[in-house]
Amino acid sequence: MPKTIFMISIKNVRKAFGEKKVLNGLDLEIPRGETLVIMGRSGCGKSVLLKIIAGLLPVDTGQVWVDGTEITKLKRKPLNEIRRKIGMLFQSAALFDSMTVAENIAFMLDQHTDLSQQEVRKIVDEKLKLVDLQGVQELRPAQLSGGMRKRVGLARALAFNPEIILYDEPTTGLDPVTCTEINELMRDLNQKLEVTSVVVTHDMHSAFSVGTLMVMLYEGKQIAYGTPDDLINEDNPVLQQFILFGAPDQILNIDNPTLKQFTGRNTE
Amino acid sequence: MHNPSPESAPSNGLAFLMKNRVYHALSEIGDAFRLLAETIFQIFRPPLQFDLLMKQLLFIGFNSLSVVLVSGFFTGMVLGIQGYVQLKPYAVEGSVAQFVSISVVKELGPMITAFVLSGRIGASITAELSTMKVTEQIDALEVMGTNPVKYLVVPRFLACSIMLPILTIFSTFAGIFGGYVAVVSLFSFNGDFYILQVQKHLYVGSVLISLIKATSFGMAIAAVGCYKGFSISTAGGAEGVGTATTGSAVISLVTILVLDFVLNHILFNILGLK
Ligand SMILES: Nc1ncnc2c1ncn2[C@@H]1O[C@H](COP(=O)(O)OP(=O)(O)OP(=O)(O)O)[C@@H](O)[C@H]1O
Ligand SMILES: [Mg+2]
Repeated sequence: MPKTIFMISIKNVRKAFGEKKVLNGLDLEIPRGETLVIMGRSGCGKSVLLKIIAGLLPVDTGQVWVDGTEITKLKRKPLNEIRRKIGMLFQSAALFDSMTVAENIAFMLDQHTDLSQQEVRKIVDEKLKLVDLQGVQELRPAQLSGGMRKRVGLARALAFNPEIILYDEPTTGLDPVTCTEINELMRDLNQKLEVTSVVVTHDMHSAFSVGTLMVMLYEGKQIAYGTPDDLINEDNPVLQQFILFGAPDQILNIDNPTLKQFTGRNTE
Repeated sequence: MHNPSPESAPSNGLAFLMKNRVYHALSEIGDAFRLLAETIFQIFRPPLQFDLLMKQLLFIGFNSLSVVLVSGFFTGMVLGIQGYVQLKPYAVEGSVAQFVSISVVKELGPMITAFVLSGRIGASITAELSTMKVTEQIDALEVMGTNPVKYLVVPRFLACSIMLPILTIFSTFAGIFGGYVAVVSLFSFNGDFYILQVQKHLYVGSVLISLIKATSFGMAIAAVGCYKGFSISTAGGAEGVGTATTGSAVISLVTILVLDFVLNHILFNILGLK
């Protein structure tokens, strides 16, 4: 099967919970090897979108293509084949609280491979090192801090060397130093291993440091899509307001009239 | 802000509500049976993870054995007293051992065990699975390519179906022993005669009936427990977990009673067993 340009394509997807419309005919394409940052107000459906991409939530209408396969009508077995290429970091980390940290990270290896105990152990240690955690192998998730749980969740998402990684707020709740490390890790994975990533984040430092593409969701649709440079120069009040309130300093110096208008109003 | 929609108009409001409730209940029963069918299908699809099954078997055994023994023992004592007192006026109090053992083996042993396990195990299954659901652990399983029914439901279902008959044997013996203690200590009944009577009236057929009932109750407890755990909405939160857990215990009690009636009807009335 020839490889498609787009690793993930969302076509006219609608999703409502009861009366509440969350996605409203969303179109979105993510080329292979890119890191797409999804921005949008709290409750606008970012986590829902990630779950739709992972095949965890059914769509009302529309199509979702992952690595050349339309997944919305797939049966469990072929869907699971595709899911093995996906690593997902949940907003809540979603660690199995009946298992130790090591068992959490080893879960996919235990379930889907015949690797020996030592080999699995080695991978677990290696992934924990990646997220800058050590000596927590035998702890339970309840014994970890929020930021540590998030990093274990990330280590678990990386354990099976996924081609696609879905990150739901990877740096929320982390201290600035760890934040920077996680950002670097995400960039490394993207550049060295050529994984395709989707990152939901409210953290503009993180967004601009890892994103090669960005999209802004508003009322269930995308209102802006492009490279970080494109977005900074876009003339859209909703977008600029969003970027501005969490933006690193260098962005504020860009010569953009809409942005200026907000900055001006802010400093007066 | 009151804007009554046509459905909630008083004229047909109640009918609408009832129709809605019946529809809801039926669709829930349908969903529960779908989960049961999927579970049975998954049992026969290798690989079966024995470590998961073992863990559940031990969990159920350790958690329930003492309660099952105590409940069985006291039920037997009560039966002993009742049996002796009721039979005495007809001068047939000698049959008290037969009365106790038949009641315990065919009816009360499986029933008491099932009641204990629906409160302890059924409810804890629901609490565990619904917590996993609201904390997105079930989603995490799915996204890692593991079928939650196979991974979570199958071991619990099998463990309940296996442990219930085993625990029923314990509660049955405890019950017969309870009857013995009661009549021997309170009414100076001849202990050797009691044991002789029990041996005489304990048929393989009765034991089989007891085990068939117990296995069915075990399946029902696990099915209800797992269904109630899985059917909670992700948006339910801690409150949803609480509601689901109490709901699970009540529903499995009712299910056991109904199932017991159906099984009695089939085994004794239709098949004519004794
Ligand atoms: N399982 C569900 N059942 C009902 N409603 C849901 C469910 N999941 C999400 N929603 C609703 O969908 C909307 C979008 O939720 P979502 O979690 O995707 O928001 P979000 O953009 O990730 O927000 P945040 O930035 O706060 O994480 C919310 O209004 C939420 O109430
Ligand atoms: Mg979210």
